[in-house]
Amino acid sequence: MGTIATLPGEMIIKGGILYDPTTRESRRQDVAIRNGRLVETAEISSSKAQALDASGCLITHGFIDVHAHFREPGREDKETLATGSRAALAGGFTRVCVMPNTDPPIDDPEGIHFVLERSEGLPVTIYPIGTVTKGQDGNELAELLEMRAAGALAFSDDGLPIQNGEVLRRALRYVRELGVPIINHAEDVYLRAEGIMNESALSTRLGLPGNPVQAEAAMVYRDCLLAEDVGGRLHIPHISSTLAVELVRRFKERGGAITAEATPHHLGLTEEAVRDFNTHAKVAPPLRTEDDRQAVVAGLIDGTLDCIATDHAPHTIEEKEQDIYQAPFGMIGLESAFGMAHSTLRKAGLTTEQVIDLFTTGPARVMGLGLTPLVPGQKAELVILHPDEKWTFTREDIHSRSRNTPMLGMTFTGRVRGTIGRNMWFKAPENS
Amino acid sequence: MSEPTVTLQHLLGLEGVSKQDIQILLDTGFRFREVLDRPIKKVPTLTGINVVNLFFESSTRTRISFELAEKRLSADVTNFTASSSSLNKGEGLKDTIQNIHAMKMDAVVMRHPAPGSTKQLSQFVDAVVINAGDGTHEHPTQGLLDMMSLQEKFGRLEGLKVGIIGDIAHSRVALSNIFGLNTVGADVMVCGPGHLIPPHISELGVIVNGDVDEVLSWADAVNVLRIQRERMGEGIIPSVREYRSRFGITTERLARHKREIVILHPGPMNRGVEIDSDVADGDQAIILDQVLNGVAIRMSVLYHLLAPHQPLEET
Ligand SMILES: [Zn+2]
Repeated sequence: MGTIATLPGEMIIKGGILYDPTTRESRRQDVAIRNGRLVETAEISSSKAQALDASGCLITHGFIDVHAHFREPGREDKETLATGSRAALAGGFTRVCVMPNTDPPIDDPEGIHFVLERSEGLPVTIYPIGTVTKGQDGNELAELLEMRAAGALAFSDDGLPIQNGEVLRRALRYVRELGVPIINHAEDVYLRAEGIMNESALSTRLGLPGNPVQAEAAMVYRDCLLAEDVGGRLHIPHISSTLAVELVRRFKERGGAITAEATPHHLGLTEEAVRDFNTHAKVAPPLRTEDDRQAVVAGLIDGTLDCIATDHAPHTIEEKEQDIYQAPFGMIGLESAFGMAHSTLRKAGLTTEQVIDLFTTGPARVMGLGLTPLVPGQKAELVILHPDEKWTFTREDIHSRSRNTPMLGMTFTGRVRGTIGRNMWFKAPENS
Repeated sequence: MSEPTVTLQHLLGLEGVSKQDIQILLDTGFRFREVLDRPIKKVPTLTGINVVNLFFESSTRTRISFELAEKRLSADVTNFTASSSSLNKGEGLKDTIQNIHAMKMDAVVMRHPAPGSTKQLSQFVDAVVINAGDGTHEHPTQGLLDMMSLQEKFGRLEGLKVGIIGDIAHSRVALSNIFGLNTVGADVMVCGPGHLIPPHISELGVIVNGDVDEVLSWADAVNVLRIQRERMGEGIIPSVREYRSRFGITTERLARHKREIVILHPGPMNRGVEIDSDVADGDQAIILDQVLNGVAIRMSVLYHLLAPHQPLEET
């Protein structure tokens, strides 16, 4: 099992290639860190420094996740800000945006303060997202301006879609001048109905209620129309279907201020994962067909989709061991994100550097976050990746409090070997 | 002489069950029919075997049919009927699994509202699992008894034309019929209100036809499914009147087709809605044969899954 430990005062990472996603330049270079900041190699005394061998590895900016559920407050049995942060670090992430569908939801400035206070001293930077509506009721706008002032990075009722179009329109107008994105879970609840998996020949075969691609597409279309008209910033999470990718492409061509994300599971898995009624593969929006999967991959390759986000959604074993109707939607994804996405996208023709962009500059652009260049003086927020290492994802790799993923046992190409976070660092187990 | 054995370990559905296994189960079913015609209807085949009938949904007919089958094979039977309220409290599969371990059951016959629940169960327990209906997924013993009844009537299954009429989307009977009949080489046409025909169902190898009269002029036999009254309350089916006039197997409609069409119905029936009483009680219906064959086929399934190496001749 990998270790998460206090960052040594001095550290030198040797023999790797430094890839700076802010400039897209790579060069062979040793990387030196002192007290959490990047410094010139010469400043490090080789006797005191922890030396790390990065032969064959790329060293780059730590990943940013724009979409994770850390369940605090309310469901600390699934995940806390602290356990989620460790999972993030193990997955190569140094910044995580957390969704507000906690219990109670983060729907006021006090909630934003709570998350920020609870995040102090954690190994990754936590950015709270506030709800769009009070108590996520889908009707009354929450105090968006006050939450923004308190530090909310974006707004979303994720977990639930904003079904009322007028409410979304109002929210887009209200925060338009701030330039912060409204993130709307794109599923028409009436069309989704009781849908548990993708509606297809397979859902018919399994006797499971289907969730049609139109449920996603209709909402994406509506949301894009509203954003285009209002001129507000709309971010569409976890795109799952060919139709939705096409819609985003069309609206971007028309000049809409729209961004969108894809999850590693929609990139690498299809509805076949549900064939054995595996509740771990029950996610919303659902895993879809091979054609849809390929469309999502193509959307990331041609820039229609802006970034990769995990939609890390921890649940307890007890909940996922229920029957497929009762088991909740969602899978964890931080620790497997790079392996899954890199394996899939490299096979589809992307370079490792391009995949890194989708985990760094892509999400930074979506959320309006500055990305620090990898030069002396900057905070050391780094991930060390071996692009060719083949590894099997096991329970040992999971630092999250939850285990709900259908990916256990899968073999990936490309592994996070180490992550340098805030005062802490993660080190993967030695190659076996 | 040793009995032919099936490759199945559990009976979770008819999807993927081989033609040979289906034929063995049907053949043994016919032999148990002979047992049922004897004055003493009990055989000692499953003496000492513990079977639990675990019903999370009420279904008197199916439960009694299984219980009769088990008792006639001399199994020790435990009945457990869970209320749907215990399911709502989340006391579902997990507790079931633990209880089955604790009670050291050899076999579980389970009816559960969630598709795949019997498959999930089979992954966690050592016991033999028999699906007695998992939500809108499958009801494999119903599929087998329908096939047995058709074979009894026609002497063959291959090439037979079978129509299935009704709410296909919410029917586990339809799916098990489709999978089973496809495997043995029968042709299947499904018919019902358009929004109750699952999308993509033609990819399962069936023909979709919205006109009952066209189905009746094509089919050797039709399996008439029960319309659930709740669906009318929910406004999914506009009215009994419209349903009966468009999709009901009425005396007049059947009389228009001057051919012998065999009528099946898995029961319980809504007489006067999906089927007229005269039709259900008429010569063309084999509905009561289905009930009797249900016991025989369940004996066959229990026998093959629980006592496969014991020759049937010695029973
Ligand atoms: Zn969502």
